[in-house]
Amino acid sequence: MASWQTNPVLRVDHITMRFGGLIAIDDLSFTVGRNDITALIGPNGAGKTTVFNCLTGFYKPTEGMIVMRHEDGKEFILERMDDFRISQFAKVARTFQNIRLFAGMTVLENLVVAQHNTLMKASGYTVAGILGAAGYRRAEREAIEKSKYWLDKINLTDRADDPAGDLPYGAQRRLEIARAMCTEPKLLCLDEPAAGLNPRESDDLNKLLLSIRKDQGIGILLIEHDMKVVMEISDHVVVLDYGQKIADGTPAQVKTDPAVIRAYLGVDEEEAPPIAEKLVTEAIVRAEHESQPPGKQGER
Amino acid sequence: MEYFLEQLINGITLGSIYGLIAIGYTMVYGIIGMINFAHGDIFMVGAFISLIAILAIGLTASASFALLLLALILVLAIAMILAAAYNWTVERVAYRPLRGSFRLAPLISAIGMSIVLQEFVRIAQGGRPKPMQPLISGGIELMHTTTERGDFVVRLSTMQIVIIVSTLALMALFTALITRTSLGRAQRSCEQDMKMASLLGIDVNRTISITFIMGATLAAVAGLMFFLRYGVIDFYIGFLAGVKAFTAAVLGGIGSIPGAMLGGMVIGLIEVFWSAYFSVEYKDVAAFAMLAVVLIFLPQGLLGKPEVEKV
Amino acid sequence: MTAATQQSQAGTDYRRIFIDTALTALIALAIIGPIVGMNATAPQGGLVLEYRWTMVFWLVAIIAAGRLFLQLLVWNRPAWVEPIHIKRTGAAAIAIGAVALLVGLSNMDSPVGFLAQIHPSLAAWMIAFGVFALVLGIWLMTSATKEIAEARGAQTGGLMRAVEPYGKYVGVALFLIAVVLPFIPGVDRRIVDLAILMLTYVMLGWGLNIVVGLAGLLDLGYVAFYAVGAYSYALLSTVYFPLWFGEGITPWTFWLVLPLAGLLAACWGIILGFPVLRLRGDYLAIVTLAFGEIIRVILINWYDFTGGPNGVSDIPRPSFFGIPFSNDENGFAATFGLTYSPLQRIIFLYYVILVLALITNFVTTRLRKLPVGRAWEALREDEIACRSLGINTTNTKLTAFAIGAMFGGFAGSFFATRQGFVSPESFVFMESAIILAIVVLGGLGSQIGVVIASIVVIGAFEVFREMAFLKAIMPAGFDPVQFRMLAVGIAMVLIMRWRPRGLITKRDPSIYLKEKKAVSADLVAQGHG
Repeated sequence: MASWQTNPVLRVDHITMRFGGLIAIDDLSFTVGRNDITALIGPNGAGKTTVFNCLTGFYKPTEGMIVMRHEDGKEFILERMDDFRISQFAKVARTFQNIRLFAGMTVLENLVVAQHNTLMKASGYTVAGILGAAGYRRAEREAIEKSKYWLDKINLTDRADDPAGDLPYGAQRRLEIARAMCTEPKLLCLDEPAAGLNPRESDDLNKLLLSIRKDQGIGILLIEHDMKVVMEISDHVVVLDYGQKIADGTPAQVKTDPAVIRAYLGVDEEEAPPIAEKLVTEAIVRAEHESQPPGKQGER
Repeated sequence: MEYFLEQLINGITLGSIYGLIAIGYTMVYGIIGMINFAHGDIFMVGAFISLIAILAIGLTASASFALLLLALILVLAIAMILAAAYNWTVERVAYRPLRGSFRLAPLISAIGMSIVLQEFVRIAQGGRPKPMQPLISGGIELMHTTTERGDFVVRLSTMQIVIIVSTLALMALFTALITRTSLGRAQRSCEQDMKMASLLGIDVNRTISITFIMGATLAAVAGLMFFLRYGVIDFYIGFLAGVKAFTAAVLGGIGSIPGAMLGGMVIGLIEVFWSAYFSVEYKDVAAFAMLAVVLIFLPQGLLGKPEVEKV
Repeated sequence: MTAATQQSQAGTDYRRIFIDTALTALIALAIIGPIVGMNATAPQGGLVLEYRWTMVFWLVAIIAAGRLFLQLLVWNRPAWVEPIHIKRTGAAAIAIGAVALLVGLSNMDSPVGFLAQIHPSLAAWMIAFGVFALVLGIWLMTSATKEIAEARGAQTGGLMRAVEPYGKYVGVALFLIAVVLPFIPGVDRRIVDLAILMLTYVMLGWGLNIVVGLAGLLDLGYVAFYAVGAYSYALLSTVYFPLWFGEGITPWTFWLVLPLAGLLAACWGIILGFPVLRLRGDYLAIVTLAFGEIIRVILINWYDFTGGPNGVSDIPRPSFFGIPFSNDENGFAATFGLTYSPLQRIIFLYYVILVLALITNFVTTRLRKLPVGRAWEALREDEIACRSLGINTTNTKLTAFAIGAMFGGFAGSFFATRQGFVSPESFVFMESAIILAIVVLGGLGSQIGVVIASIVVIGAFEVFREMAFLKAIMPAGFDPVQFRMLAVGIAMVLIMRWRPRGLITKRDPSIYLKEKKAVSADLVAQGHG
């Protein structure tokens, strides 16, 4: 049994999402392993971002259930929760396809804002904070320490006091991930984290994601078009097409799946496999050549 | 029953005026996504220009009906042209330079422009209300009942007929203009995607200017009718009428011209019936409360499309 | 009046410029002609037209001339005119303007001065000309300086950028002046009154700044909270407190009612805020406007409770912690062994509003460094990202509304006690617009900006009153005070066009790791939609 079947952190159960007459997601079910990197892939318009929006409460699915289960057995039914409560209590954090940083605030401020709920409690819901209570000052120092940890991890310590909008694109992507991590999630959802990155930045991103999984012990769900990233770091791949799941399994299983090949290349099954397999294998070979081996499966 | 019928006619008349103003809001909002806060004041300017033109022509109620009608058409033409000049200038001076600025900038500028127009008219024409004897009198007697308390007559005045008929005619004309002509196509394409429209060779600036001009001409019509119907105007009428017409535009579904007309009718009827059956003092509270209720519970309006939040 | 398409062609196309000027004049005539040229007045009942074509001619001529000037010398500047020439012309204009202004001012009040002997209204003309030359000169100087600097490749940003590093000293200087103001020699009652008015607007501006500047929510009905504060104070102090606690409470009412009025205003902020905070930016603006008007209409019509259009009068004046400012043996002067002067109460009021304003500032700067303040700014930057980070945006917006409303309520209480009288007329939409203009002019989110903008706006209002001398050169019936709101409207449009981020554009980070760097305004979002 695969890890995502024995101990899932997230269970998506037969969800359907309709916008008027359009069916964006059609009876989709999948699970995300507690300490896996799960990739959600599919052609443009397959409904991947809609799935994310349902997970994080921005949309309410028309039908179905989404359950987040913590290690201690606490369960959260996400489609019944307000979006901010999902982050606060169910501990699901996300990033956005078109980066949504607080551009006019500094890098450090971005990370501190993400620790809002902890700091809010420490400031006695503002009352103690206004009076200048020592407890709040201590909590703020801790928040800065935690921000420093993440700044170090994403190599942005030197730019901590610069506005986030001034950062280069790749750094903004990393900062958005760090900001999401500052909410201490149990599941991190990344919407195309490698989009627009050059190969070097893409490698850095892979390392960051792998280290997050290792050090924080959390699950990562990512939408990605870059097959290299997908094949290199993911333990589990879910493939969507026209709102439906067409494949689900390890990268190796998925890349040879005829339905996937048909969806991606739009050609007949007979001629597709060789071409597709060639493309995917090439990507993997390139990936292995350029960076360390992805091997994480063996550890668990 | 008679009272009800009379109020119904009053409501439809008032609603026609609100509807005409609301079309201007809805078209501008549709195309550049901003609330032209000064639009109510364009209506006010239209009413003032009508008043001045009537005085300048020397029109009085003693003129024969044919002459009166002819003269009023002339007054209407003057008011439409001059109100168009106003709105065109407002767009050029206060809104066009702000396209691409932060989202609230045009709104703040529009509020400034509204103040400018009000104050301009107040300083030039004085702050006192301007009353005038009714020009068009007469009408059709719809119902005549005699009760022990006295006679009760329900009349449809000629003025009300003029207002309702010309509103319907203008609405038909504008709907045809928007759906049938290349101008309407250009407007709709700008609504969808301004950058793409300009790439496809549509003169976006010109299309927006024409939209403002069209809105202003309708507001001028409403201004003349308001003046003829109620016989008194001041520099402040644009504010209240503007807020009510905006409510009408949102209620009808912003961006939709039939919706604006429908919304105008609903707001006009609510206002008239509220004054008739509840309280005249609080009729503006009713209108403002209606605005709040519509925006909170029905922001997509009656004939508009629901919006999906883009994440 | 119009901003035509500016083509930068080689060589000047005089035909095009001529047509453009003629069109400008035509449109100006269409706009000014009927409304200004034909005044509908009712001297004996019926409306008749009063014609004023001379005025129309001059207004249209000025607009056309201005347009021609811009066309010839700014947009299509001949090649032989160099920026340095413009700079020198500007300097000359400033010098001539200053001289004319001084000569005019020194002769204005003396009907026997040498200017008056030549022509009775020459002094007024001199002043008008002097002001015009000064403004023109300053504009030419700054634009030419900027152009020269740009040509050298130096960093530009005009005067404000040069001044901005000294911003913190400006704040300290203003604070010191404010503390000693009533005791500076030459400061009379009129100036203290003006300073009180300015400080009231500073406080209102700071309150609104929390909502508009920090949280990015455009509130057009802010005056409602000002009204709630003023009426709470008026009604509690005149009716309910004497009723509940007896007449003996009167000396203390101000200090007891003030916090209550603030709390009531905050409650209203929450009540009005709660249903509307899910709305988009512009819809929110219109709904808040509607709420402001609803409250005003209710104040006018709920006769039994609010006194209707007559308002509430005989509101008790504040006392010096129980000691009244009266001319008897229990009064403030007698108690402290001073000679009685009505100015003492004014000075006391001045310090009350100064302390209230300083508290507002202290709380706001503190809040900015607390999670709730950072959440406000984050909300202004990106609401969706806020929600994804677990921030309860509704509560965050509500706190902004409530705290902003509370400060508005304090200011309203103060207004009520200072005037001794409140009526619905003081709480019209224009008041909201003035406060908004102050916040926008100052720079959304900037505390010191609000102070500077209040001084400028309220000071300018006062200047309009001082311009009565213009009556000498203008047509009969001209009153400069009439033009105050027109100036506010024009200013709002111009600020949005030329300096949409206001005077102070830099944003101070609320927390820093190594060094504090101000954030340039280009990155800071202003309100979401």
